[in-house]
Amino acid sequence: MPLVEVRSLVKRFVRRRGLFAEPTVVKAVDDISFTIAEGETFGLVGESGSGKTTTGRCILRLIESTSGEVRFRGEDVLAYSAEQMRRARRQMQMVFQDPYSSLNPRMRAGDIVEEPLVIHKMGGREQRRDRVAELFQLVGLDPAHLKRYPHEFSGGQRQRIGVARALALNPSLVIADEPVSALDVSIQAQVINLLMDLQERLKLTYLFVAHDLRLVQHICDRVAVMYLGKIVEQAPTAALFDRPQHPYTQALLSAIPVLDPDAERTRIAVDDTQFDRSTPLREVAPGHLAAI
Amino acid sequence: MTLAAAADPPTRGASALLEVDGLTTVFGAKGELTAVDDVSFAVHAGETLGLVGESGSGKSVTALSIMRLVESPGRIAAGAIRLRGRNLLAISEREMREVRGGEIALIFQEPMTALNPVFSIGSQVAEALLAHKCVDRRGARDAVVELLESVRIPDPNLRYDDYPHQLSGGLRQRVMIALGLACRPALLIADEPTTALDATLQAQILDLLRDLKARFELSVLLITHDLGVMAETADRIAIMYAGRIVEQGAVRDIFRRPKHPYTRGLLASLPGGTPGARLKAIEGTVPPLGQLPPGCAFAPRCPDRMNRCDDAPPSVAPIEPGHDVRCYLHDAEGFG
Repeated sequence: MPLVEVRSLVKRFVRRRGLFAEPTVVKAVDDISFTIAEGETFGLVGESGSGKTTTGRCILRLIESTSGEVRFRGEDVLAYSAEQMRRARRQMQMVFQDPYSSLNPRMRAGDIVEEPLVIHKMGGREQRRDRVAELFQLVGLDPAHLKRYPHEFSGGQRQRIGVARALALNPSLVIADEPVSALDVSIQAQVINLLMDLQERLKLTYLFVAHDLRLVQHICDRVAVMYLGKIVEQAPTAALFDRPQHPYTQALLSAIPVLDPDAERTRIAVDDTQFDRSTPLREVAPGHLAAI
Repeated sequence: MTLAAAADPPTRGASALLEVDGLTTVFGAKGELTAVDDVSFAVHAGETLGLVGESGSGKSVTALSIMRLVESPGRIAAGAIRLRGRNLLAISEREMREVRGGEIALIFQEPMTALNPVFSIGSQVAEALLAHKCVDRRGARDAVVELLESVRIPDPNLRYDDYPHQLSGGLRQRVMIALGLACRPALLIADEPTTALDATLQAQILDLLRDLKARFELSVLLITHDLGVMAETADRIAIMYAGRIVEQGAVRDIFRRPKHPYTRGLLASLPGGTPGARLKAIEGTVPPLGQLPPGCAFAPRCPDRMNRCDDAPPSVAPIEPGHDVRCYLHDAEGFG
């Protein structure tokens, strides 16, 4: 059984344009399905407005989906009561993009990491303190800095605090939404290495939402490409990058800047007249789906 | 020897459009924080010089210094900035206003905040043209439509009356470029022009910049942290770390034979190679301004650190024609 199974997920936003105008409906996520196996890193890529972040939030029920199913270890979490969901959230946590705005500036780093343990009433005061120190070490922070405030840490260290908080409850699924894109180049590699180490040590499953395709190519096992709310292609990483089938995937991959000043560049423009958004996904090779 | 002089083969020295020589920009009440420290480079006619660096490296402050837009408590403490031989630090503020948007244009990362939300985009471009007396009032609309067309905005005649919020991020950045090009500047300074854009839009804007550079005979100072963008766009690059240029040279030489341990570290840290393998991260973090070590600022993170790296910062030395590095490692190799 896959750890996560998303079936026909839809999220619509209604946009009211004025008092008398008809409200318009935006399908941010438009009938998508995928599964994530235990221990896997599944990449969700696409440009702004493609629905990748909304998908992550629907899975955690940070926003409510319009329809569809999200099965976690076989159970539909969208049907859970608030109390059931609260318990399920121990199993699924999120690491956010911006380590500057996602940490409460008035809380000390140790309290930020401890907060999920308090909310979920895990252990006594002493046990929680020990656990926080252990988490600090796990993510490569110095437990001597427990009493510092977020602004006293660098961007990379702040993202480590965010990771420690996400791991406090021993989750099995971590949704990482652009976890390094706000960090400097020389720090990105440190945080990516940390995420890969933690996955190995704690047998974590990752849903990795990102627009940096080189990074996705490096760390993901399988990748789904989203365009305007739909998955247009989904495949094992090597197959997707070596043999992209959908015109949009081809355009997206051709836009990655090549790190070689002498490389030949053939840019493919996104031309949405070339494809029909209603074309369903079909299997073009084992495990390789494309809407063509 | 200054970095600019070292970077130029003698035959090209004469064609430098912009020469930055020993620029030092400081912040703080007593000028105790040196954001830009003895920076020298030249931008030649028709070339794109890339300025690479992480946050706090001083690359944006360098751009603001060139435009004389550094705000108090920051100030330019030393150096010269010569545009076609004229020192911009010696002219009056009124003359400088003519230079800004006239001979030198600056475009920013975030086109939404750089455009005025209450005026149509056409009128904003027209205002720039009229302010610099590039056209008269009657010819303004036609000139604007032509400019919008040259940055490949579809239906420029209709788009003229659109407001910034009605445009996508990619179109807004095109309007910013049109604004920058309005008075046919000789130098375009682009500070992270594509960082806020998606990959496919970034590719379009970079293609556009390349095309405009040729068509308008522009020189470009491109500021970015993205080495891939540099590889595609720059002719030469200068790498900044903690306020200093640590390496400068032709884009091929830098990518093929990086000499400074920081440049080598940056290139090695990028994803690539065996999927799933650990990335070769540069350990540690950039030291904050005001806490820079007395020697080389990169020494605390450097895999090749030697004893004397901690004593005093190394000076700039040429390592091959047009390729300079600020590092003790290459003292013996220098040819100059």
